[in-house]
Amino acid sequence: MARRVKLILQAAAVMVVALLVVLLGWQVARQEEGRGLDDAVAAGKRPPAPDFTLESLDGDETISLSDYRGRAVVLNFWASWCQPCKKEAPLLQLAWERYRGEGLVVLGVDAQDLKSDARRFVERYGLTYPIVHDRNGVTLGRFGYSAFPETWFVDRQGRLVGEHVVGEFTEEQLVRNIRLALDS
Amino acid sequence: MIRALILACAVALAAAGAAWASEERPTLAELEQELWCPTCNAPLALSNAPVADRIRAFVRQRIAAGDTKSEIKAKLVDSFGEDVLASPPREGFNLLAWVLPLAGGVAAAAVLGVAARRWSRGRSGEDPPLEASTNGRGPLDPDVERRLDEELARFDA
Repeated sequence: MARRVKLILQAAAVMVVALLVVLLGWQVARQEEGRGLDDAVAAGKRPPAPDFTLESLDGDETISLSDYRGRAVVLNFWASWCQPCKKEAPLLQLAWERYRGEGLVVLGVDAQDLKSDARRFVERYGLTYPIVHDRNGVTLGRFGYSAFPETWFVDRQGRLVGEHVVGEFTEEQLVRNIRLALDS
Repeated sequence: MIRALILACAVALAAAGAAWASEERPTLAELEQELWCPTCNAPLALSNAPVADRIRAFVRQRIAAGDTKSEIKAKLVDSFGEDVLASPPREGFNLLAWVLPLAGGVAAAAVLGVAARRWSRGRSGEDPPLEASTNGRGPLDPDVERRLDEELARFDA
């Protein structure tokens, strides 16, 4: 009887350790996913952009990146407390107005931010492009977030193209990468 | 016994009163200990990150508006997810974070208890403890004592 109990306890201990190893592996794999994307884009490859579904900042709908398949997407990760984001917002709005006729969507992903602050930010800068809220920062992690703002460019086939811009982009950088996303 | 019971009830009532006051009228200092900065992986109280400053301003504003501690936390969770809480809520899957350390402690105590019992049983199966001598010196080794008994028996004979 004692031997049986001992065996059961040993099996339970092995299972707990195995579970912890699996959890650790899962966490490392998620972190590597973002780094892998960065490396691939830097090497001129066009990896598929990880799909995600998030609630809009207004909370009245959910938006998936794959909803925009067939259109080019400027994916901008931002937060209202981020200073460079304040400089980027008017440029993103201009790009949205200028290129949407050609099939471009600007998709803002607000993260690590108070929703009320983000809504005020949107109102202040008159942003009309779709904006979603990454409540847990999970999507941010999948794209290998390192600092706000970060911008990715997605082509019509849902692939990441051009540059992964970490920090504030220049107008020239924005236009060049939009062109690349629209034309590829 | 009754006195101890009354004392325990008084302590429990006082603790419940303090908890109620903290829930109804939270302070920024309290909430700073119970919240986590989402960008810097540190308690809010120790963070100077821009988002931490925004959270502090939000908490001040909600305290002034009369929100309870739970309401303020719920609003922050709505924006940042549960990662903004220094300790996970005691519900659902998060309950594991509270139960597992407790279960681990109980299991470790049980294992230690069983091991100690086995050890003491093993000890009792060995030679009986040596009797203390009366001359102030340590007890004799059983082997020496046996030989001494034999010698004395031979001498008596």
